Amino acid sequence: MLNYLTIIFVCQLIGELIVVTAGLAMPGPVAGMLLLFIGLMLRGGVAPDLGRVADSLLRHLSLLFVPAGVGVMLHMKLIGAEALPISVSLIVSTLLTIAVTGLVMSRMSRVEKRSKPDGAE
Amino acid sequence: MQNLDQVWVYLSSSPLLHLTMTLVAYQCSQWVYARSGMNPLLNPVLLTIVLIVAVLVLTDTSYSAYFEGAQFVHFLLGPATVALAVPLYRQFDKVRRSALAISVSIVLGSLTASVSAVAIAALLGASESTLASLAPKSVTTPVAMGISEQLGGLPSLTAIMVIVTGIVGAMLGPLVLSLLGVRNMAARGLAMGTASHGIGTARAMQVNEVAGAFSGLAMGINALATALLLPVLWALFFG
Repeated sequence: MLNYLTIIFVCQLIGELIVVTAGLAMPGPVAGMLLLFIGLMLRGGVAPDLGRVADSLLRHLSLLFVPAGVGVMLHMKLIGAEALPISVSLIVSTLLTIAVTGLVMSRMSRVEKRSKPDGAE
Repeated sequence: MQNLDQVWVYLSSSPLLHLTMTLVAYQCSQWVYARSGMNPLLNPVLLTIVLIVAVLVLTDTSYSAYFEGAQFVHFLLGPATVALAVPLYRQFDKVRRSALAISVSIVLGSLTASVSAVAIAALLGASESTLASLAPKSVTTPVAMGISEQLGGLPSLTAIMVIVTGIVGAMLGPLVLSLLGVRNMAARGLAMGTASHGIGTARAMQVNEVAGAFSGLAMGINALATALLLPVLWALFFG
């Protein structure tokens, strides 16, 4: 298990290094995720222990948001001052995103099905 | 015997207190959420944050003192982001068949999320650092915070935007999709995951297994798409 945790850390470290040295517009951990993903593609599968390490990191993903979220106490004044633009923007934009993504996907999968009439469905 | 004040001074200078507080508050919130039948209004992340902020304000503790302990939890966001490659890979195989439809929907969703959030807030007079903090709000927190920092936003403000976005999507998303007549479970899941990341995915999983899998996939791809597209888009408009 420890070796897979190490692999995850190494991916992140290399990711951070690539982003900093190449000046990429991408967070380091995302570059690390890409590296691990490429590794999995090359290897053609997820080793069971790697799966277990990843699942245990992700099972309580929402806990990991908490320390950053508590930082809201630093921004109470700003949020109060801009409460209207922030709340309208969050609600409208989230619902719009759900509508656009859902409609495009349902139209496109209908078209796909029609073009492959005896498809694997 | 030491008096209580001295004990408090000793404890609050050690990282153990605030680390433990974070874990205990989270578990209490999980329990309340489960007991409520997973009521989206009692989202455990939101509840945990409210609890901790209340305790910190009551005990007159600064955020930096709290973060001394909580940083150990915060640090794991990076490795957890890397670990997202695993579920992404697992689902990548399953959905390779509709790869085109999935990529087009998620990229359009990602653009809609950032552009509409920034446009609406800008029209209503938000400051530029608030706009930068809002732009990546549909992406899972660790990635959103990284993007926000790059754009000149406040990562901790972004974390709050992301969490509220997740809760809004989980509460109202299924209703919007039904009103629009989107009944295809893959499309419903994809929409939830693209717009409201992990919190939307948790909701989609409660409803339907297919929707849950597509939502998890959408969350991963959207994180990637937004991390690649948004900084470029931002440089075009605000650079």
